[in-house]
Amino acid sequence: MERIPILKMGPFLLVTIQVDLYDRLALNLENDLITMVSKTGARGVLIDISAVSIVDSFMGRILGNIASMSRIMDAETVVVGMQPAVAITLVELGLTLQGVHTALDVEKGMDLLHDKIGPDQLQEQDEEEGPDDRTE
Amino acid sequence: MQIVREQDVVLFRNRVREYSTKIGMNLVNQTKLITAASELVRNMLKYADGGQVIIEIISNNARNGVKLTFIDQGPGIADVPQAMQDGFSTGKSLGLGLPGAKRLVNEFEIQSKPGEGTRVSVTHWKHGR
Repeated sequence: MERIPILKMGPFLLVTIQVDLYDRLALNLENDLITMVSKTGARGVLIDISAVSIVDSFMGRILGNIASMSRIMDAETVVVGMQPAVAITLVELGLTLQGVHTALDVEKGMDLLHDKIGPDQLQEQDEEEGPDDRTE
Repeated sequence: MQIVREQDVVLFRNRVREYSTKIGMNLVNQTKLITAASELVRNMLKYADGGQVIIEIISNNARNGVKLTFIDQGPGIADVPQAMQDGFSTGKSLGLGLPGAKRLVNEFEIQSKPGEGTRVSVTHWKHGR
């Protein structure tokens, strides 16, 4: 079955959507991503939609779902590369992608993710360095 | 064009893109029309197990446009004004499909009776007005 590849890059997961998604593919992606977040302990998810020409309410809902599910799993989601025509259409459609962070391109999205999880990670490292023998 | 499977949605969207490119519609208007079409075709699959779509290029006073007519033999809509409200859905969706589609296109018509299916037609002009 067709699948959208998910790449792991440090503490982040990277997804580039290159095709127009049909529903099954989108639902699979949602599933795969959340599984990967749980498996890898990723702290951020970056979704590149620069090749997606149509985002309808279903697709919007999937993006929103991924963001809320990831948040519960302690990961932030950033959607990057939205085409201007898609943004215009989304707002007229009435879909504002609340709760989903956005950035103009992959680079800015990565920066945003780093900013979001930066302080936390430093804290974690401090804790690890400390005399702590808890096993999680 | 017959719509029976969810993969048909992507094929159908490409077909709409071909037609709107043919009349020289710009990208923003194309995207609006295709998104509206996508919402409507999704409704048709979800509530009526598919149906038929007619794609036409129409002209009116030297204006060209694309007209899409969605016909299904599904359960129909009991309360059309209610279905046209933002956030109303009998399924578990966001309830943006019909009202959102209406906002995206220039002309929107809906006829539906319970038990007799639904017919929606939308028109979008080349210049978006």
